[in-house]
Amino acid sequence: MSGNANPSTTPVKSTGLHIGEPAPGVAKKDPILVADGIVRQFGGLTAVNVDHVEIPRNAITALIGPNGAGKTTFFNLLTGFDQPNEGTWSFNGKSLNGVPSFKVARMGLIRTFQLTKALGLLTVMDNMKLGNTGQRGEKLLSSLIPALWKKQDSEIEVKAMELLKRFKLDAKHEDFAASLSGGQRKLLEMARALMTDPTLVMLDEPMAGVNPALTQSLLDHILDLKTQGMTVLFVEHDMHMVRHIADWVIVMAEGKVVAEGAPDEVMKNPAVIDAYLGSHQDVDLGAVTGRISLPESK
Amino acid sequence: MSDNKPVVEIKDLYAGYLPGINIINGADLVANKGELIGIIGPNGAGKSTLLKSMFGMVKVRGGEINLNGEDITGLKANQLVSRGVGFVPQTNNVFQSLTIEENLQMGLYQRPKHYEERLEFVTSIFAELGKRLKQRAGSLSGGERQMVAMSRALMMDPAVLLLDEPSAGLSPARQDEAFIRVSEINKAGVTTIMVEQNARRCLQICDRGYVLDQGKDAYTGTGRDLLNDPKVIGLYLGTLGT
Repeated sequence: MSGNANPSTTPVKSTGLHIGEPAPGVAKKDPILVADGIVRQFGGLTAVNVDHVEIPRNAITALIGPNGAGKTTFFNLLTGFDQPNEGTWSFNGKSLNGVPSFKVARMGLIRTFQLTKALGLLTVMDNMKLGNTGQRGEKLLSSLIPALWKKQDSEIEVKAMELLKRFKLDAKHEDFAASLSGGQRKLLEMARALMTDPTLVMLDEPMAGVNPALTQSLLDHILDLKTQGMTVLFVEHDMHMVRHIADWVIVMAEGKVVAEGAPDEVMKNPAVIDAYLGSHQDVDLGAVTGRISLPESK
Repeated sequence: MSDNKPVVEIKDLYAGYLPGINIINGADLVANKGELIGIIGPNGAGKSTLLKSMFGMVKVRGGEINLNGEDITGLKANQLVSRGVGFVPQTNNVFQSLTIEENLQMGLYQRPKHYEERLEFVTSIFAELGKRLKQRAGSLSGGERQMVAMSRALMMDPAVLLLDEPSAGLSPARQDEAFIRVSEINKAGVTTIMVEQNARRCLQICDRGYVLDQGKDAYTGTGRDLLNDPKVIGLYLGTLGT
């Protein structure tokens, strides 16, 4: 394949995030999120069983693993959407045990969902505005006096429009969210999450169903979040994306953390290739299936 | 691998969900016998809608869809199945409480006499399913469910197989496996039309591809040509996977 076109430059990776050898549960120099002995069982099935894991601050961490490895369940536990059977976890040094999801969000830990949860009967713009926190018009008394919140409201609208432009949804801002396609809903949800100016953003398969060219421009946006001082943790099956933007990769399988490290190192790990990446990772499937005789020239 | 006889021919198609808003705006598509066709395009381009309109799930407002020379525009899904259109939805595509065997039987409820013969064909591609016929489909992983769904559609010996994002939600190894299986199905002689978000992988195995944009085909060509077309790379494929 032709590799000449190169619009987005190779991003600068954060290194030296860990202390000692990279291994499952390795300590980080400056962890933002720490989880200890998290166990979640559904009946007889142990979905998550994580001994110890730390997420480095101001870096982009990818959480990968085969289907059913417990990645989404782990996300749910960390963000208060589900409670573990055992374990402790903290965000910015504050324990999150028993903290409900809306309070977790107010503390600055925002997540998106694999299956989108846009409010279909609100317009795209209203969905965005709803994401903004600390709105003056939310209080009963001040809501009666528009002068108190009109200015803030229009500021929020400007901010929302900027994000929508970035996510190529600006032309749709008056449409109902229900009229968006699956991929566009995904984008709306990510844009809405950013309305809150979070400290840690957790994205559950952000690029699944988003077309490749748009993916690329969104990756630059995610990299931007890092330069602005945010921390990103994401689940993704697109290994090109993981390799391109992740500073650190955590691999889960059968509920456990099985490997951790820098992306290139982790992807060379034979156990990871065997369980997850497969043997055709960097091969043209046309050649694998015998549809072309030789891979295209580089 | 194709002999230029059109199985599916779509001419100037208009379709949509809400009154007054067309998602498909004059799309044309031809799938010749034995071809593997890939449809790619940006989000909201109408890829899945085009597929659904071929299966009678979206109201067609203009244009026509022909199957083996017969006009099938506006027919209902059950009528289309008996005429040989097989459709595999993206999600919720197996009967979870039924076993694999029962799922396969559902695939050809219109002519149960051919069960043995078709089962042999399907298990020649999906050998592992043949060994697990009594297992409940609900207990399968995402990749395995996708295989059951494809097998079910193949049971009725379709003239054309429509696949809506067969690789969606699967891990990389399983995605590659899904694409290889689709290629095998096609090599066994089944004309296949596939919508995919994983555009690069899709074009690698396709005979021909259509790039859909705003409900209309913007580019067509062989999978190889599209993969290397700078315009298609810039607008749809991106350069991340190279």
